[in-house]
This record gives sequence, structure tokens and C-alpha cells, in this order.
Amino acid sequence: MTIKKSFPIVGMHCASCAKLIERKLSRVSGVTSSAVNYGSEQATIESDREIKDQDLIDAVSDIGYKAIIKSEGEKTPDEIKEEAKTQELKKLKTKVVVSAVLSTIIFVGSFPELFGFGFNTLILLALATPVQFWAGWEFYLATWSGLRNRAASMDTLIAIGTTAAYGYSVFSLFGVVKGTYFDTAAVIITLILLGRFLEAKAKAHTSDAIKKLLGLQAKTARVIRGGEEIDIPIEEVKLEDKIRVRPGEKIPVDGVIVEGESTIDESMVTGESVPVDKIVGASVIGATINKSGTFVFKATKVGSETMLSQIVKMVGEAQSSRAPIQRLADSVSSYFVPIVLMIGVVTFVVWYIIGLPINAFVNLVAVLIIACPCAMGLATPTAIMVGTGKGAGGGILIKDAEALETLHKIKTIIFDKTGTLTKGQMKLTNEVDDRYLQIAASLEKNSEHPIALAIVNTAREKKIKFLEVSKFKALEGLGVEGVINDKKYFLGKTKDNSIALTGSGKRLAIFEVSDEMKERVKEVVDRLTQKGIDVWMITGDNEKVAGEIAKEAGIKNVLAGVLPSQKKDKVKEFEKVAFVGDGINDAPALASASVGIAMGTGTDVAIESAGITLLNKNIESVLSAINLSRGTMNVIKQNLFWAFGYNIILIPVAALGLLNPMLAAGAMAASSISVVANSLRLNKIKI
Amino acid sequence: MDKIIVIVSGIGLVGLIYWFFFGKNDQAVIAGETLDVLVDGGYKPEKIRIKKDKTTKLIFERRDPNSCLEEIIIPDFKIKKYLPLNQKVEIIITPNKTGTYQTHCGMGMFHGKIIVE
Repeated sequence: MTIKKSFPIVGMHCASCAKLIERKLSRVSGVTSSAVNYGSEQATIESDREIKDQDLIDAVSDIGYKAIIKSEGEKTPDEIKEEAKTQELKKLKTKVVVSAVLSTIIFVGSFPELFGFGFNTLILLALATPVQFWAGWEFYLATWSGLRNRAASMDTLIAIGTTAAYGYSVFSLFGVVKGTYFDTAAVIITLILLGRFLEAKAKAHTSDAIKKLLGLQAKTARVIRGGEEIDIPIEEVKLEDKIRVRPGEKIPVDGVIVEGESTIDESMVTGESVPVDKIVGASVIGATINKSGTFVFKATKVGSETMLSQIVKMVGEAQSSRAPIQRLADSVSSYFVPIVLMIGVVTFVVWYIIGLPINAFVNLVAVLIIACPCAMGLATPTAIMVGTGKGAGGGILIKDAEALETLHKIKTIIFDKTGTLTKGQMKLTNEVDDRYLQIAASLEKNSEHPIALAIVNTAREKKIKFLEVSKFKALEGLGVEGVINDKKYFLGKTKDNSIALTGSGKRLAIFEVSDEMKERVKEVVDRLTQKGIDVWMITGDNEKVAGEIAKEAGIKNVLAGVLPSQKKDKVKEFEKVAFVGDGINDAPALASASVGIAMGTGTDVAIESAGITLLNKNIESVLSAINLSRGTMNVIKQNLFWAFGYNIILIPVAALGLLNPMLAAGAMAASSISVVANSLRLNKIKI
Repeated sequence: MDKIIVIVSGIGLVGLIYWFFFGKNDQAVIAGETLDVLVDGGYKPEKIRIKKDKTTKLIFERRDPNSCLEEIIIPDFKIKKYLPLNQKVEIIITPNKTGTYQTHCGMGMFHGKIIVE
């Protein structure tokens, strides 16, 4: 007996480490051969008996490395689920194949007038019995567990329907009735099982998004501890750890750069397609990729606190939430099965009275089989799962299904100005003499004020050196003053509300600053207007300034001079309104809109109060979110239409005797698969 | 004659189905700090009363192999949990609004209620 086992190894820094581990592993008792690949950081061993994982872990850690082997007890619920699903699917596949073969033979043998030969009823019975009670056993099991609780499910309908067909045929063996329906029972079971098999395969893809997000996670981190760099599994990274990241590597956890600089590709998490330059002090996100430089960063969030873990958690929660549109389907489904059973009885009675007992029986079976409400239950949740997953892949985080549903109904959208329409960074817009720029920048160099930053940054760009400032004084709300080269200067607001540098009582230079508009704002506003949505801008600026910006953005409606505390009330004046803000002091406004859209790396509070969080600062994401919402709702409506329509139309058709039970089984299986397939189509839509 | 028998038993059967599925009247169980919920052909207890703003731990245990019951969904609390067969799964909720909340299985076939007072 040879047992093969593979597991990752962390901590290797050269090919000879691999050899060392290989030798050590081969000495573990029972191991017949071992191979360690330095490139893939994987160890593979073969043994002649079962070896305890702990023995392998110990052997590797003896020589200073770490083997990552999860023992049975440590399996996550997701892994247990995955395993159970795989097994179930395998079992289902066997049942489908066997019952398909048997059903084909039964079908051919039941129509001698079509195929030229027929089987004896006893042979048919022998072939049909395994299909009925082995392949179809789960229907009985589920029916029984439901009945004990006075509840009925689709399995109840299938069990009763097929048992009726099978039982009738058994009676005909004894001459009580005429004709056999073994073929009907067997084909129905086969088709329903086939439908379930295909549906399970398709359904597995509805949760692909979360798997993909989890797959982004780095496995190891190169931590600097005691002056040495060591590779450790990501689970062991602690807060405040210093971590080195080389070009091309994944950033393991969230943190702040403390040394070096680089360009980072954050598209996988934020959906932002352009790589971002980062210097000391900039925050980095785990699972994003370091493109060019080497840097060291300090871990500020680890484990379940990282942005990626939060995203995964949020997507998972959103996928379990219920869209309001689903309520109808939910309430219908609990009454549906008993009502169908009653319709079945009535169908039988009516056909019997008009003198066609055989039709009464066949039509009863058709009614029970066609009415399985499976598609109804799948219509909304599968679309929500695919939709929210698709959003997460593009940096659009949806808090719950309700937000996704509401967004497609909005009639008005209000953009906060600063940080949403604009970049939130002041820029110097006029030409200023370098001499005065030097003085102004020197005065402001330690200030955090946005206007000061604009002046200082322009000076830095021009490589202007800062001068020594003495007797510096910040005048609250007015500006700053100080002495440079024995001359006293003042920089700040003048009476006419412009920003000027004055010295010896003379005005030396005027500084014009403004917040820069984000790219493609106008285009997005135009496209929103085309969709029939009223676009508004809200800002604390006075009407003149606000009007200019709004004009540049192509926005006709402006709410100017609104204090941050008043934003909430302004938003409340609208109905079916979305509010887009960067979330720093917008939380109340975000919460009071029909849907709040928080933009940029928003604070936790903003994410909490917003229905939708856009992880990037790209204004086009607003449009994508609306498109995603519309796309998802379209799919849900189509799904519900088909699921309900199918039952509403086909139940009477079956009751009137116009539907063969076998066709009913095929239609029933097809309806569930088509609903899931339609939901998966969302993965392909352009948003 | 046989037609009369069919009509009578048909009517009887419809009545029986109605009574069997819609006529049940389960008493809601008041949950303390923890409450065990057995998942076997449905949820037992099916109706659970809990107090507003109080944290309650519901311990689900699925004994029924029916795959329909493998997930428990409480949409209003954004909870969806996989229930491995014969294993206890804890769900902790702290409702902050009163009302009646539906719980159901993955396919929406088996239902339960959480009544928050």
C-alpha cells in the first residue's frame, strides 16, 4: 500500500533547504520517498502506511521550517461542505447514469408497436424497481421527513406521482387494471435526477466570486523579526510586524509603508485599473500586487480584520440576504405543494366522473410532476449571488440584496462635491513668481491645510528650496505669518476673499487654488441623465463657486451652501434617491438616502451606513453599480416570470390532459436548470 | 356507484390534505439564552420567541439526510449556514427590531419563524 501526501512548506530560502527537508522527511518512520520542490514550495511524500500529520509537522519544524498540514479536526465548515457536495454529486451521477440506462431499456421495451419488440411485464417490473426504490429513494426519504412534520416539498410530489405510476403498473400485473406505466415512473425519476445533477453543477458556480476572492490571499509573509527576515504562514502574522515585499510579490496583509516605495496594482481588490504609486506613510492593502519597488511595511490589520476578509464576509452576508422581490415567491412556496396535491385530487375525480379512469390517473401524475416549485425557489437567490459576486470582483461591495434591488429604481442621484466629483486635493491654478512661491511655501511647509498643501506641493514640483522661517505664527481662520530674511510676511485671506502673500504692507502675489475635477465626470453625468436619472450636486461652497463646478461637470441641479450637518435633511427631501459621498462626514446622509453609495476607501462607519461601497475612487463605478443592479433585477424578473408562468400555464394544461407525464418531468427539470443558467449569465454582462 | 365513491373520497381527501398541512397549530417556544433546534423533517421547534435586544444562541443540529435541509437561512439577519449532518451549529442573533421573521431551508421548502417581542 502506498499513500501519497502533498503539503506546502514555508521558510525555504534556497534550493539546499529543499534538499535538507527532503532528507529529514525521508527519515520519518514509514516514509518511503520524499520530494520537496523549492519553486512551488510543496513537499510530497510517499509512505507504506498512514503517517500522523503531527510527525511530519514535527520533523519539518525540527530543522527550522514549517509544514502546513491541516488535520481533520481543523477543517473549516466550507471545506466540510465542499467535500460533502463533491461526494453527493458523485453519488448522484452514478444514480443518473444507471437509471438512464435502465429507463431507456424500459422505454424501448414498453412500446412494441414502435420498436418492434416488447418485454414481458415481469421484466419491466424487474428493471423499474431499482430505479424506483434505489435511485428514487431520496424522494421517499424527504417525503417521509416532511410528512412527520406536516410539511410537503417538491419531493413529496415526485414520490407520490411516481409511486402512483409504479403502483398502478404492479396492480395491472395482477389483472386488477389494464396497462403499465413503468416507463413513466422510471423516466420521470431519471429526468428529475438529471435535472438535479445539472442544477447542482451550475449552482456551484454561483459562489465562484467568494472562492476567487479567497484565492487572492497570499500564503506566506516575509516578516522581519530580530533583524532577520523569515517566511511565516500568513495566519501567524501579528499586528505591528514589519514585512518586506519584493517586486512581483503579493502584499500579505493590510498596513502602512515604513520604508521604500513602489507602484502597486490594486485592481483585484478595488477594481481600480491603474497601478497606484505609494511612498512612506501610504497604506497598502493585503492581496494586492507589488509591481516595481521593494518596501517594508508595518502590519496594521491581520487575520479577519483585513480588507479582503471584510470584503469576503460582506459578500457572504449579502448573498444570504433576501431581496424584497423574493417575498412573494417565499410566501407562495409554503402553500404551493398542498394546493397542488388538492388540484391533483380534483383532476382525478373530474376525469373519473366523465368516464375516463385511465386518463384520470395519467393526468393526476402529470399535474403532480409538472408543479414542482423548484425554479421558484431558485429564481431570486441565484441571481443575487451571482450579481453581488460580480460586483465584488469590480470593487463594488453590496451590503444586502435590498440595496441592490433599490438601486435600480432610483430617480435621483445626489453627488457630494468634495472627494466624489472632485479629487479632494487642492491645486494651485495660477502662475506665481518663483520668489513669492518660495516664501509662501516656506511659511506653509508644516501645515496640513489643503490650501497650504497645494502651495507646498507646487513648490516641491518646481524643486524650490524652503527658506528658514522665524517668529512663525498661525492666525486661526486667517492665515500664517513669519519672518524670512529679516522681512515679515503674511499669507492668508484678504478682504476680497482671495489668498494673497503680503509683505511690508504690499500685496506681493495672489494664489488661486481649486479642487481638481475627477476624470470623466461629465461623461458619467450625461449617461446617468440618459438613463432618466436626475443628477444633483450638494456642497458647502457658495452658489457662485458651486455653479462653476457644476457647469464643468454638466450638472444642472445644485444644492449650494449646505452645511455638513444639513446634508441629511436635504437628501431626505427626495424620494427614490441615491446619495454618493466619500463617507468621511457623510454617514448620516448615506443612511438617509434610499441607497447610500460610499466612495473611495471609505471609513467603517460609511460602509456600515451605505448600501453600496465603491472601493475605488473612479466615478464610473457609480454607473457600473447602477448597471449591475439593473442587470440583476432584469434576470430576477425573467426568472420569476418563467418560474411562475411555467407553473400557472402548465398546471391547467396537465389537468386538462394535454401533457404527457414524461414530458412534464423533462419540462420541470429544464425549468430549474434554465433559471440557474440565466442567473449565471450575469457574469457575462458588461457593467 | 363507483363514481360516487370517487367523488366522496376525493372531497374527503382534499379536506384531509387541507387539515393535515394547514391545520397544524404549533406553540411557539420561548428561547432563553440558548435553544436547541432539531432539524429533522423540518425545524423543531418551528416557532421561536425571543426578546428584543437580547442575544440568543440557537444551536441547530441536523439529523435528516434530506439535502433540502442542509442550509438554514434567516434572510432578515443575513444568516446562511451550512448544517453538516449530526453536527451542532451555533447561530447567534441579537434582534433589535420586533416582528416576525421567516427562517427557511436552502430551497425554501421548510419554514420556521422567529418572533421577536
